[in-house]
Amino acid sequence: MKLRVDKKYMPIVATIAVAVLLYCMIGFIYPKFFSLRVFVNFFRDNAFLGVIAVGMTLVIITGGIDLSVGSMIAFVGVFCAYLMEKTKLNPLLVFVLALSAGSLIGFLMGALIHFFKAPPFIVTLAGMFFCRGVANMISLESIPIYNPTFNAIMRFGIPLRHFIMVPTTVLIFLAVMLVFLYIAHFTRFGRDVYAIGGSPQSALLMGLRIGRTKLLVYTLSGFLSALGGIVYILNVPAGNSLAGVGTELDAIACVVIGGTLLTGGVGYLAGTFVGVLIQAIIKTFLTFSSLSSWWTEIAIGVLIMIFILLQRSFSQLSVLSRAHAQVKLRKPGGAETGGA
Amino acid sequence: MKRKLVVLLGLALCLFVALGASAKTYTIGFAQTGGNEGAWRDAETASVNAAAKDMGINLKFVDGQEKQEVQIAALRSFIAQGVDGILLAPVVATGWDEVLQECKQANIPVVLLDRGIQTSDDSLYVCKITSDFVQEGKRVGEWLSKKMGGKATIAELEGTPGADPAIMRQKGFAEGIASYPGMKIVLSQTGNFNAADGKQVMEAFLKANSRINAVFAQNDDMAMGAIQAIQEAGKRPGKDIVVVSIDGTRPAFEAMAKGTLNAVCECNPLLGKIGFETLIGAINGQTYPKWVIQTDGLYEASQAKAALPTRKY
Repeated sequence: MKLRVDKKYMPIVATIAVAVLLYCMIGFIYPKFFSLRVFVNFFRDNAFLGVIAVGMTLVIITGGIDLSVGSMIAFVGVFCAYLMEKTKLNPLLVFVLALSAGSLIGFLMGALIHFFKAPPFIVTLAGMFFCRGVANMISLESIPIYNPTFNAIMRFGIPLRHFIMVPTTVLIFLAVMLVFLYIAHFTRFGRDVYAIGGSPQSALLMGLRIGRTKLLVYTLSGFLSALGGIVYILNVPAGNSLAGVGTELDAIACVVIGGTLLTGGVGYLAGTFVGVLIQAIIKTFLTFSSLSSWWTEIAIGVLIMIFILLQRSFSQLSVLSRAHAQVKLRKPGGAETGGA
Repeated sequence: MKRKLVVLLGLALCLFVALGASAKTYTIGFAQTGGNEGAWRDAETASVNAAAKDMGINLKFVDGQEKQEVQIAALRSFIAQGVDGILLAPVVATGWDEVLQECKQANIPVVLLDRGIQTSDDSLYVCKITSDFVQEGKRVGEWLSKKMGGKATIAELEGTPGADPAIMRQKGFAEGIASYPGMKIVLSQTGNFNAADGKQVMEAFLKANSRINAVFAQNDDMAMGAIQAIQEAGKRPGKDIVVVSIDGTRPAFEAMAKGTLNAVCECNPLLGKIGFETLIGAINGQTYPKWVIQTDGLYEASQAKAALPTRKY
């Protein structure tokens, strides 16, 4: 018996292989790399990125992009810090307001993209500047958060061992991942997302709800990046208008490394999850090795290129094998065409 | 095959024993802000590296890419690696309480280098080793007031918003010129402590107000950018527009020798040795005042040529 992997799953298998290989190789050099604390830190340090990457995956599967997510972190962070510290509002209410604001911004961007046929790149670029600007308007200076309810949420966690726990941020990330795995693969909305990205024309002909789906995808991405902003301040308890610079690119990198095609239609949330882990592993390795942390950028750049090449060759292969199969099919009936 | 394995294992064991038996070498993590702040920070990093070599310290270095989350991740990684102590140059002043709490739980002392933090609990760190930024700003402000005869139209280039030195130097400068009502800051904007932004902001300033005759840059790199912008606008920096800054890097001294920069208040970046000494003291139970102050001097253009050969950074 041979172990066969469907070609469809090849990119994600490659992603997982890279993650495991990296983890083992680095662990071989630095035994402490295998410790539970380091493993939990992978998730703690990158929970905000993971939450955002989930929304980004959906957007990219529809064939779009969302560049506003990094600035959204800054906006939501400053917004929450300001309301909690300056106006003393209840943190839970503040979170609801922040999530609503994020969703609204996402919805508006989706509306511009759908109704005015504006390119997502430009619309979300505008969103990116808008959010960063608002964050700076609210406060140029970083606002520390000392709210007791907020602190209680931040310090909550499931203890694993002495002083090692799975904090709220990681729980939120894992919950978001699970919920959206279900949404993407087991709901009509999920199927619509894939169909739109695969071929907008045929999706339209099939009578799929393109407008609704697109609006919802950008609204969800806005919601998730606002949630990512909340996760960020639960990790770094201060509202800083400079937070999250470049996070949109990190998120896109996670998605691409996770095997999602930037052209849309193909991709897996599970792949994105592993993509986030790969980034976490590389970043942590650099803190162990004392190498310049800018190597992260280089490593991620190289990985992205490798993965894009891999995907190209996979899709090329599948086109070739399909053509091959067609030739084979036609052969017995070759006489028909020849005879005419 | 088996024999090879035994030999390998034996070697590994020897190495292990050798490592364990050697004298106590401290492993110390240093979380630097990032590499974008130019000569001053490079000098600080070099000083930490050199001091680590001299003192036989096993140094773990992480540059924070100017991002707090990267620095927090670095601190957590240091804890996981079981370092003996941590040097932190915080990229912003706020939001450190949680991760410092984790360091405290793990019994790892943290010394803050060149910048302070805002926290609700001072016991979270050993001490900060910094210059007195307010004093620096004040001295530059007073010097400029005397130089201009108490009357000037000043443009101010601020540092990274929210960063400790930016806030303090601004405050100190305002104090320095407070007793001279003729000294007016007409424009003030951030140049993010780097030359490129400093130049860009200065260009905008010059277009916005042609009467500017003094510039206060909160660090040397922004001053270098401003000097370039002034030259490109067809004016003479150091003469038509008086330029003062803080840090005292080598490029600043060179500019003073050329006469394009008028005065600089030094801010000593050679903090490696004192940082490690304090940290090792703290590891061994010594206590320190919360603020260990580095003393800094003010240099005028006339002193620059003489001082230049002795400058280490």
